[in-house]
Amino acid sequence: MTVTVERGESSPEKLLAPVLSSFWDQPKSWTLDTYLRHEGYEGMRKALAMPPDDVIALVKDAGLRGRGGAGFPTGMKWQFIPQGDGKPHYLVVNADESEPGTCKDIPLLFANPHALIEGMIIACHAIRSEHAFIYLRGEVVPVLRRLHEAVREAYEAGYLGTGDARRRKLGLDGLPDLDITVHAGAGAYICGEETALLDSLEGRRGQPRLRPPFPAVAGLYACPTVVNNVESIASVPAILHKGKEWFRSMGSEKSPGFTLYSLSGHVANPGQYEGPLGITLRQLLDMSGGIRPGHRLKFWTPGGSSTPLLTEEHLDVPLDYEGVGAAGSMLGTKALQCFDETTCVVRAVTRWTEFYAHESCGKCTPCREGTYWLVQLLRDIEAGKGRMEDLEKLADIADNINGKSFCALGDGAASPIFSSLKYFKEEYQQHITGGGCPFDPAKSTVWADDPSSTHLGVNA
Amino acid sequence: MTDVQLGMPQLPAPDYPAEVRARLEADAREVIARYPDSRSALLPLLHLVQSEEGHVTRTGVRFCAEMLGLTTAEVTAVATFYTMYRRGPSGDYQVGVCTNTLCAVMGGDAIFEALQRHLGVGNGETTEDGKITLEHIECNAACDYAPVVMVNWEFFDNQTVDSATRMVDDLRAGRTVEPTRGAPLCTFKETARILAGFPDPRPGAVEAGGSAGPASLVGLRLAKGEAAPGRVVSPRSADYPSDEEAPAHPSSHDAPQRTSASDPHHPSGPVAEEGE
Repeated sequence: MTVTVERGESSPEKLLAPVLSSFWDQPKSWTLDTYLRHEGYEGMRKALAMPPDDVIALVKDAGLRGRGGAGFPTGMKWQFIPQGDGKPHYLVVNADESEPGTCKDIPLLFANPHALIEGMIIACHAIRSEHAFIYLRGEVVPVLRRLHEAVREAYEAGYLGTGDARRRKLGLDGLPDLDITVHAGAGAYICGEETALLDSLEGRRGQPRLRPPFPAVAGLYACPTVVNNVESIASVPAILHKGKEWFRSMGSEKSPGFTLYSLSGHVANPGQYEGPLGITLRQLLDMSGGIRPGHRLKFWTPGGSSTPLLTEEHLDVPLDYEGVGAAGSMLGTKALQCFDETTCVVRAVTRWTEFYAHESCGKCTPCREGTYWLVQLLRDIEAGKGRMEDLEKLADIADNINGKSFCALGDGAASPIFSSLKYFKEEYQQHITGGGCPFDPAKSTVWADDPSSTHLGVNA
Repeated sequence: MTDVQLGMPQLPAPDYPAEVRARLEADAREVIARYPDSRSALLPLLHLVQSEEGHVTRTGVRFCAEMLGLTTAEVTAVATFYTMYRRGPSGDYQVGVCTNTLCAVMGGDAIFEALQRHLGVGNGETTEDGKITLEHIECNAACDYAPVVMVNWEFFDNQTVDSATRMVDDLRAGRTVEPTRGAPLCTFKETARILAGFPDPRPGAVEAGGSAGPASLVGLRLAKGEAAPGRVVSPRSADYPSDEEAPAHPSSHDAPQRTSASDPHHPSGPVAEEGE
């Protein structure tokens, strides 16, 4: 098994460590049968034989941190749930994966939904919950089908259901009822924010709530609630099955374990790469064929569009929570979107900003108004109608959103603005002085270098 | 009916015919039973009424309100917040082209422009035969398969102008169209029923698409000592028909509103110079 990432190492066999993705190439990988053939539900059996507090302690000691972006320790989240309070406790899995660039939970749930179900059973045991929910974004029907099927199989096998049925089929005493409800969302990026997700799950407009109280105290139906990302929960069974030492043998002291890195954009081999935390983008590119032939990396996001852009100079930044933080960005969702020199950074940032303006829920003024005005300025700059003072205005508006909006969507909207102005101010100026965009968008397309393509020139 | 209501408020929406109502009520009760609090069933119920009529009608809103003990205003407030609920009649197939940054750059903008021209419709509009509603969509969590097109929320990965054009032609001609990941297409109404929480009844639907797509397996293959396959490129060439103009740049399709320069009817728009 891979240990910590060696600098200069480039062999994928040594650098990668498929755990969640280890059997995605097997026939019918999403079925209970296949999962059981690959050590499935072993972790659950161990966990159910342990006192709940010991499970929490184990996950905490393993050092698992949230894979949804913020990196909060998962075990600590579980520990915050008050016990003996007489209220129902809920586990809600955030499967609303919508952050631009992020594409790990959806392939995970498509190929291996039982890892999530098993993790949920363990988490429910730990926090004493008898009802858990999967909030899946609605726009991924193939994944919804497999979740419906996986939950059905889990009921049939007695992993879920009434306490009686579970005791009978699992041969374990003292099991409570456990139900999982699969809930499809309806299209709203903001519902990935945990308190907006809870409002949405309660049948309301998905708008974030004021914190405190935090969900651990007053979450779903004002009851203690844990909200965890898909990958975080799906990583729990392996920790239970193989132990915290095994988990800690990967990654670093503060960022232990394995994770899914999603490589996309102008690269030779986009896709999912599962390995220990702390791998670098250079290592991932070296092993996977690099940037597409004949081009070079211009800018990239370490964890989705809400994490500040990085450039070629950051290729050796360890992709863990501390490493990316020290480079002035965030690990986020490990969505490594790579753009080569054909890409106009103003175009990229304008489009992301249009996204944030479209998805702003409208609850707070800095985000609702700020994203609107950012779009106006950016569109003018991109079209060659901007003025030099607009650049200052952009930074000023972004500063009035960042840290002053109700939830992290606003901070996310400010990230591409700040970071692109930091690294590519000249390119903005070029649009203004040159009266338009100097890039040809046809050159950025995936088919641009395809010799069979008889592409007409596109005027920029 | 005009878009703007003047004078007297509208009469209450008509109810469903009795047998439709009875059938939907049975479904709704099943959905409501899944939640500790009935209001949580509102999003699934809106998907359910959409599966009956293809969009959320006033009758559908009234049905949800009655089932959950809410006002129609409360239901409408929720229905208008989420982009997946349609507010007017639309096509059997919703073709959504991702134009968020990564897909746009990789070719999504070109695909969206080409489909608009080819189908003769704009964003959110439906073809005359009622088959296709074309939309641009936001990131759909498949960036390693860019550019991505979704049809009734099934994945069409690694698209080109040519492959997407052929796909919509096939849909309009009634030919079978299979996604790269997902089940053979069903209609928008049938999709809405799955979203309401009723599993797809078609045999083979869950299996369709295989275990994982090629990009999902790249890292695993490398870790096993196999060679990286190289990017999946559509076998078809992606040229524009020579009699058509290639897409213009920049292309921004979405609200918020136009700026003054592009909107001469409102010269006092957001970025007008003084005295302009």
